[in-house]
Amino acid sequence: MEPVVVNVEGVSKRYRIGGLHRGYDSFREVFAGALAARLKRLRRGGAGDDEETTLWALKEVSFEVRRGEILGIVGRNGAGKSTLLKILSRITRPSTGHVEIYGRVGSLLEVGTGFHPDLTGRENVYLNGAVLGMRKVEIDAKFDEIVAFSELERFIETPVKHYSSGMYVRLAFSVAAHLEPEILIMDEVLAVGDMAFQQKCLDKMNDIRRQGRTIFFVSHNLPAITRLCKRAVLLEQGRLVAEGQPQEVVNRYLSSSWGAGAERLWGDDAPGDAAVRLRRVRVADEGGGTAAAVDVRRESRIEITYDVLEEGHALVPVVELYNEEGTEVFSTHDTGAEWRRRPRPRGRYTSAVRLPGNLLAEGTLIAHVSIMSHFPSTILHARAANAVAFQILDEPGGVSARGDYAGPMPGVVRPLLEWETHAAAQGE
Amino acid sequence: MSTKTSETTEGGLPAPRPAAGTARGEGSLAGLPHALLRPEAAGVQLNLADLWAYRELLYFLTWRDIKVRYKQTLMGVAWVVLQPLLTMVIFTLVFTRFVKLDEGAIPYPLFAYAGLLLWTFFSISITSGTHSLISNTSLVTKVYFPRAFIPAAAVGAGLVDLSVGAVPLAALALYYRVHVTWGLLLLPFFVLLAALLALSVGMVASALTVRYRDLRHALPFLLQLWMFASPVLYPAHLVGPKWRWAFAANPMTGVLEGFRAALAGQPFDWALVAVPAAAAPVLVCAAFYVFRRLEDTFADVI
Repeated sequence: MEPVVVNVEGVSKRYRIGGLHRGYDSFREVFAGALAARLKRLRRGGAGDDEETTLWALKEVSFEVRRGEILGIVGRNGAGKSTLLKILSRITRPSTGHVEIYGRVGSLLEVGTGFHPDLTGRENVYLNGAVLGMRKVEIDAKFDEIVAFSELERFIETPVKHYSSGMYVRLAFSVAAHLEPEILIMDEVLAVGDMAFQQKCLDKMNDIRRQGRTIFFVSHNLPAITRLCKRAVLLEQGRLVAEGQPQEVVNRYLSSSWGAGAERLWGDDAPGDAAVRLRRVRVADEGGGTAAAVDVRRESRIEITYDVLEEGHALVPVVELYNEEGTEVFSTHDTGAEWRRRPRPRGRYTSAVRLPGNLLAEGTLIAHVSIMSHFPSTILHARAANAVAFQILDEPGGVSARGDYAGPMPGVVRPLLEWETHAAAQGE
Repeated sequence: MSTKTSETTEGGLPAPRPAAGTARGEGSLAGLPHALLRPEAAGVQLNLADLWAYRELLYFLTWRDIKVRYKQTLMGVAWVVLQPLLTMVIFTLVFTRFVKLDEGAIPYPLFAYAGLLLWTFFSISITSGTHSLISNTSLVTKVYFPRAFIPAAAVGAGLVDLSVGAVPLAALALYYRVHVTWGLLLLPFFVLLAALLALSVGMVASALTVRYRDLRHALPFLLQLWMFASPVLYPAHLVGPKWRWAFAANPMTGVLEGFRAALAGQPFDWALVAVPAAAAPVLVCAAFYVFRRLEDTFADVI
């Protein structure tokens, strides 16, 4: 068992809400504020801490991270992720509890911190390196490598104010990526730079992983969390509410943020009308088990179980699939001959739609489920928006649209298509 | 993960991982920097070891301050010399042509330039030190390092300016043929005292400015008052015995008087010199403590 390198114990962080809004005070305001607070306390009869004016950005968070682990941190904006990172990177102190850290902590959330526009690329590499905690000899030794990584050899003597924003970020990331700390904090770094550079960053991250360093990985890119991390934690309103297998944690996150996980069961509150009631919706993998994450190459099914309470309707189950950006990927309904125009007898039914492998792009998918009848007229009997959510994971290798390419691939679908290449004319 | 890590260690890759140790009884953590981040209520942690670990950053920040100050300027470093030099010329005219002043043993131009040079260093170090934290917000809110280095770098940059301004000072001293004595060796000592005093004020003022921005507006005025209360343009012996004690309590009095005495080979007024010599180290420690105390809240309030 690897030793624990980061031990977070009962950490809370309190902010004064007034302080948050105002940012800074002038003497006059402080005196006036102190007076007002004193009066308020008098009126309340000496009550100490004022709960109305405090905000707990983190509350009693405890966890351990072992060396070489990649810990994913998920949670909505404002759940306390950045506060936690700020405490880990020693920018701010916890209000209660403590953190023990073995090793140098480097953080990619401060890409470009300390860059000065008037200084040249070379000067900024040294300055930024020193700010991030590198020794001069270290920077000397890695300088050429850093510049080569950034691909800015020609501009290294140019003041960075003449750089494009892409160049700026490239240089900044290059410095940070060569910091080689024992513990690395990555906050949404994959969203930075153009595609080719993102590819390089992914490679670099894999290098870091191979060297057995500890990584804290914060991202809204849930498939990346599931794919890269061995363990994840979920923060909700400052509390750590789930910890464990990234798939489970991400599933939990999805169910709390979309109100949807890989499976949904209804009791008395089941959506539907007098004719049809939804009972269960779930995502299943090839083996038939409920799956929160599916490999891009594998097929999966969305199963809808419902009760028909009234005879005489020709029912059509419908699935609308959305990605996390809210784009509708497709909508599908049962066009099979068997039940198309045939009134359904009372009873319980399960309809399933098979989603083939090599169809959906990597990402989080959310399914809206409905039961309709189109004949004799169109009626919406039951509908569950955000019924289930699951992820498609796409790792390089194997027979997929990705092949062995590891970089980002845009698009809402990722079909495996056939290619042909013919030599049109043979050269010498 | 564990197999990967052990491969890395056996393969002798760069990450330093000593084999034996006692930390948490788990061996290989020894040798790694260890940090215990305690809550605000646990009191002030001085983190003196970090000052050493990050010492090169002080150099880089000073170097940055100097580079940035003179990039895109027409005359560059000449400004450092010009400001005290012109002020000296004007006051020389005033005090030798219009108002007769008993300047003592040192010719007035040399006397005034020496005083102005040291005072300019002192006041610019404090001014830029005070602004330093809020003009480096992104550093303060995004990355950890001993933030005391930010106002300290302002003093460091001031020292570089001072050494440039010392060239005309040497020329003036040669022109007026001052007595060269062993006292000259004490010049750096007085510069050091001035630097420590500037650092003390700069640290406290910059930390307070993070929360109370009024200080920025009050500071130039306060520094001007302080200058008139210090023997920059007039010699200390002009102050009558009745106010002598109050005058001597200003640590800059001893620094300025001592600096000029060392330069011109004059006898030292040891009583005056003793005040800053004793006060400067104490003030720096106290200021550092106050700074550390406020530092933990910088990222939350800046």
